[in-house]
Amino acid sequence: MRSARRRGSYGVKRAPYLFLVPATALFLLFFALPIGYALWLSLRKVRVSGLGLGSGARTEVWAGLENYTGALSDSELLGGALRVLGYGCIVVPVMLGLALLFALMLDSERVRLAPFTRLAIFLPYAVPGVVAALLWGFLYLPDVSPFYFVLDELGLPQPDLLDGGPLYLALSNIAVWGGTGFNMIVIYTALRAIPAEVYEAAKLDGATPLQIALRIKIPMVAPSLVLTFFFSIIATLQVFNEPTTLKPLTNSVSTTWSPLMKVYQDAFGNGDIHAAAAQATLIALVTLVLSFGFLRAADRGNKRDAGQGDAR
Amino acid sequence: MSSLTPRTSEPATGTAPGTARGPARRRRIAPVPTLVLLLGALYCLLPVAWVVIASTKSGRELFSTFTFWPGTGLAGNLSDLHAYRDGVYWRWMGNSALYAGLGALLSTCVSAFSGYALATYRFRGRETLFNVLLAGVLMPPVILAVPQYLLLAKADLTDSHLAVLLPQILSPYGVYLARIYAAAAVPADVVEAGRMDGAGEWRIFTRVALPMMVPGLVTVFLFQFVAVWNNFLLPYIMLSDDEKFPITLGLYTLLEQGANTPALYTLVITGAFLAVLPLVALFLVVQRFWSLDLLSGAVKS
Repeated sequence: MRSARRRGSYGVKRAPYLFLVPATALFLLFFALPIGYALWLSLRKVRVSGLGLGSGARTEVWAGLENYTGALSDSELLGGALRVLGYGCIVVPVMLGLALLFALMLDSERVRLAPFTRLAIFLPYAVPGVVAALLWGFLYLPDVSPFYFVLDELGLPQPDLLDGGPLYLALSNIAVWGGTGFNMIVIYTALRAIPAEVYEAAKLDGATPLQIALRIKIPMVAPSLVLTFFFSIIATLQVFNEPTTLKPLTNSVSTTWSPLMKVYQDAFGNGDIHAAAAQATLIALVTLVLSFGFLRAADRGNKRDAGQGDAR
Repeated sequence: MSSLTPRTSEPATGTAPGTARGPARRRRIAPVPTLVLLLGALYCLLPVAWVVIASTKSGRELFSTFTFWPGTGLAGNLSDLHAYRDGVYWRWMGNSALYAGLGALLSTCVSAFSGYALATYRFRGRETLFNVLLAGVLMPPVILAVPQYLLLAKADLTDSHLAVLLPQILSPYGVYLARIYAAAAVPADVVEAGRMDGAGEWRIFTRVALPMMVPGLVTVFLFQFVAVWNNFLLPYIMLSDDEKFPITLGLYTLLEQGANTPALYTLVITGAFLAVLPLVALFLVVQRFWSLDLLSGAVKS
């Protein structure tokens, strides 16, 4: 008994570290090491001497911040960032607006077919982004699209959905289609966690469902709205699959349409891994700054609300 | 537990204030919410319905008949797809199943170990370690994937199954969910009682804690399965041999070749249709085990 106990307490001290060995090892190998390597690469460059032929002609040398200044003055990267900004300004509000709307509708009284519609709206989550882009890509093609068929029958003009301004809408639509259901479930789950008593007083006072939704439900699910917003921003900054998949169908999506596509193009298309590493580092920095900035702003807002709640 | 299964009761109509106005009112359908949800469902089902119908059309019918009118070419399309490059399509499906199935299983194990340790033990460096692991979620996949490729190339592991499998085993989100779930589902006094009985830490974990964590771990498994199945960027960077492609990458290369030859459209469409089926089937089967409540539980704490 005594020895078992001693062994036990010895084990208790060591056990958590042993349990965490796999995660730590994987983190070091596949997160920390690649990040460190990317940082290292971003500070180096290849010097080509002579004609660049022979084994000693290409040498890796220290570059300092050269790759970063190069990336910051790269008009293609900047253009990609602006395109993604425009795209994000459509995707995030529309997707989260629809998700909130559907969640509130699911949570309202006397709604019919709720289980069916909930599952139907969640279904796109199971469809890979590449396949979603492919399906919508075909629906945007005049030859096979039902939209064009209807426009044609009605004698209306047929816009080219894969060019210019409509291209942003076409790409945003794919992201909205794929992401609304998941966010709806997150918000809906939070709505269901609100105890019924909260509404009772409001109902007795004769508040309409709209008033209840605006004044009680939405403020109470604010934390999940913050969470969905946070993840949506990160996903938007990293858009890659949808424009890459649409690329074969149209000439308007360049190989550097989004910043991540530019990184891929530089690393594997142009073989300049040093420039690609610097750009990837910049994108990661922007992501970190934006997401933490947003979380802090949201946190401050929460504290202020909580303060008001206490005062009341 | 599950938010996707139908509610067993209708609390909204069952609570006192809603019924106070009389039974006639209770039975009426609320038209606006129902209509809005039906429109949403229509929007979400439209592309899926289109691909189901389009996959039944032969190449000629695809361009000549109305979009939502079924064709007669399904059998022909399937055999074309089966014949394409000696059935490489089924290879892609098998690869996806391997990457997603094995990857998610290993990922769930790692998440379970870490989540349990972080939730039930007090030890130095616990919060630091947790925060460092979580920060992984913020890293854009490409900043990881490009150097991962270069490093794996040094180990001569690129263009192999391992190159796609290994980087996806550690899921920061999975560790996070497992910790939350273990904290809620494994009471400290049960673990302590096991220790009093002289059981070792490993035995307590496998015999006592693990069974309690199963519902949460099913959720971790499903999230990771979907994430790996849907992943495109990592295999796109790592692989060049199309015998090792997952279905997402396979379909993309098929589209890339087919964009200029409309004859290949039917192949792409039928392939897309079949690629959607496994995950939709998985969802319909396991939705009752999928506790998405975890998400909002996570939000609250």
